[in-house]
Amino acid sequence: MTDIERKRDRTAVPTDWTYAPAPESRDLVRLRERYGHFVGGGWIEPADTYATISPSTEETLATVGQGTAEDVDRAVAAARAAFANGWSSLPGSERAKYLFRIARLLQERSREFAVLESLNGGKPIKESRDVDLPLAAAHFFYYAGWADKLEYAFPNRRPAPLGVAAQIIPWNFPLLMLAWKLAPALACGNTVVLKPAETTPLTALLFCDVLRQAELPPGVVNVVTGDGRTGAALVEHDGIDKVAFTGSTEVGKSIQRQLAGTGKKLTLELGGKAANIVFDDCALDQAVEGIVNGIYFNQGHVCCAGSRLLAQESIHEPLVEKLKKRLETLRVGDPLDKNTDVGAINSKLQLERITELVEAGKEEGAEIFQPPCRLPEKGYWFAPTVFTNVAQSYRIAQEEIFGPVLSVLTFRTPEEAVEKANNTPYGLSAGVWTEKGSRILWMAQRLRAGVVWANTFNRFDPASPFGGYKESGFGREGGLHGLEPYLRFEE
Amino acid sequence: MAQAPALPAGFELPLELRLLRIGSVDAVALEERAASLAKRSIKKDAKVFALELAIRTTDLTTLEGSDTPGKVAALCSKAIRPDPGDPSIPSCAAICVYPNLVPTARERLAGSGVKVAAVATGFPSGQYPTKLKVADVRSAVELGADEIDMVIDRGAFLSGRYAKVYDEVVQVKEACGEAHLKVILETGELGTYDNVRRATLLAIAGGADFVKTSTGKVNPAATLPVALCMLEAVRDVHEETGRRIGFKAAGGIRQAKQAVQHLVLVHETLGSDWLTPDLYRLGASSLLNDILMQLRKERTGVYQSPDYFTLD
Repeated sequence: MTDIERKRDRTAVPTDWTYAPAPESRDLVRLRERYGHFVGGGWIEPADTYATISPSTEETLATVGQGTAEDVDRAVAAARAAFANGWSSLPGSERAKYLFRIARLLQERSREFAVLESLNGGKPIKESRDVDLPLAAAHFFYYAGWADKLEYAFPNRRPAPLGVAAQIIPWNFPLLMLAWKLAPALACGNTVVLKPAETTPLTALLFCDVLRQAELPPGVVNVVTGDGRTGAALVEHDGIDKVAFTGSTEVGKSIQRQLAGTGKKLTLELGGKAANIVFDDCALDQAVEGIVNGIYFNQGHVCCAGSRLLAQESIHEPLVEKLKKRLETLRVGDPLDKNTDVGAINSKLQLERITELVEAGKEEGAEIFQPPCRLPEKGYWFAPTVFTNVAQSYRIAQEEIFGPVLSVLTFRTPEEAVEKANNTPYGLSAGVWTEKGSRILWMAQRLRAGVVWANTFNRFDPASPFGGYKESGFGREGGLHGLEPYLRFEE
Repeated sequence: MAQAPALPAGFELPLELRLLRIGSVDAVALEERAASLAKRSIKKDAKVFALELAIRTTDLTTLEGSDTPGKVAALCSKAIRPDPGDPSIPSCAAICVYPNLVPTARERLAGSGVKVAAVATGFPSGQYPTKLKVADVRSAVELGADEIDMVIDRGAFLSGRYAKVYDEVVQVKEACGEAHLKVILETGELGTYDNVRRATLLAIAGGADFVKTSTGKVNPAATLPVALCMLEAVRDVHEETGRRIGFKAAGGIRQAKQAVQHLVLVHETLGSDWLTPDLYRLGASSLLNDILMQLRKERTGVYQSPDYFTLD
């Protein structure tokens, strides 16, 4: 060894690795200060407005319209006119061109949309970038493919469009739900009045720009923003032929009551309280990942979230231990940071609801675990939470929390797992974790849920129909099944 | 650390005694998790930390038939001072060579803190009689190796003769004496993640101080899912027994970015405790210069031509 080599000083070696902030740039998104309603291919000035904010910082992002009955009326009239003036009689292959164009534009502008989605909704950028945007574009691509094949999808039934569809979408996946609703409706030849959720209207408003770029004929898609009153005015309107609603079971029920006897078609995609059932022969580490993805994905603001973990008793202890350790590595914080795993709660109202149910869980006697994490001071935040020692009768095991809160229950036999999983007013989704293929099939036949995932969770594909049993709603979105709610059949 | 005793002949499943659950691995979910961790965005200070750590944990490797004392001596100097122009760059963890070159490395590295690792047991195939493998290890240790990188007998493993694999690890461990034992699984030949997990647990039960992915002679080598699979097994052993087993990723890691991804995997699977050369190693030959290039870019803001980094 030479002298120069020997001279190396050995300074203390740092041991703690803190990731530096890695925020996605906001510069791509250019918001206007004020948005009206998008009606007949142009913007109309709203009579009343409200501010839409970023739930992670509480800063105001833009002022948007609070749609009135007159606004809704104008939008429905524009949709009706567009339906009559050509859209419904356009050959399917022509409609497909518009849908393909929209899909490509969404892909081209995906970064911009992803940033805005995270900004307005609070979800981590890695999810809006890797899940919401690719799936939204995929949905348009998929239904573009069906537009000229409806005759083959429903042979000998002569499918025809319904007319004007009123679509009311939730705040958990604002753009993706827009895609789920618009793509099949347009592919089938309907025109649309869409009402985005009160707290997350911005990506839908930015999407109107995509519609103009795609040169979609005026009035085929109209967007009216506002709160529940706007939604109610839309549902009540005589000029619509169909209502598609995704949201809470409570609102869904009231819509169904309102529509009774009117002849308007209805599909509802409502709440859930999915069981994620883990057998002792599963691949344990991957099951833990699936559980985490099942309930902490999008802060648990997912109707099909795996909010009840049913663990076989023989694996319960190591599973919960692993889960707790895994929770400690979740990175909660700035939704725009590329390393964030869990973002902000969507609204103050939702935060209050989550807090209330978590308090109830504590009072009822469940044991709470939250990993140590520093939550930002501004904005709406809730630490990832696990309740153990939960009884089937507790509110946290029965009611939909719609937040990052998991309730752990146990079972002994497959029969008991099925019984407990089905013992809920909901039936949207379920998960089964086992290495045994025969058991997956046995369980899937018995679980009363619209989707049963095996050794995975929260996985979506436009070709796969999605929808619920019982109080989770009716009608299917996605796949061939997703066309039917937007068609009538001339016998 | 408790050393596992040799088992009586005919005992085919030695693991059940030591680990309650061998468990299984779901390939789809494992690969998904590895891919999501690979997307971590490591910038600025965090990047510098990772790059320096990568150097400190590197086993600078040359394993060619054409290796000479001159080549190894040059590599030793590089391991001690990777960047002659920047004394703040740390040394590598070790030099990894064939047994014949251990004396050269030993002499060159004396007093530097950089360890000498020798591959042994009929590297890279391991298709030799056990007694020759053990003799190979003994002679490498006598020549002065601080660490022994052994290969498991994949032929025995894949034909289900786990006890033979286990027995060899136990015997090699004994032959190592004070030297640290790294057990190479050659995951590229094992075929499934279930096998990778089983082989990892088998090596650990046999007394491995480190488990290592690959020889570098077979493709694929240290892929991220394979590394994650082994790290999860190491984590399970730690949780169940308290034993801390090291992990070495080797083969196919050529770029600084890959090294950072591997470090993220360890960090988020086993935590900061494992971010030390005592418990983590990267086996590589061409990786070091790319790291040096990235580090200089972090410090000066510009990339420099490869001509400014020594080829050894």
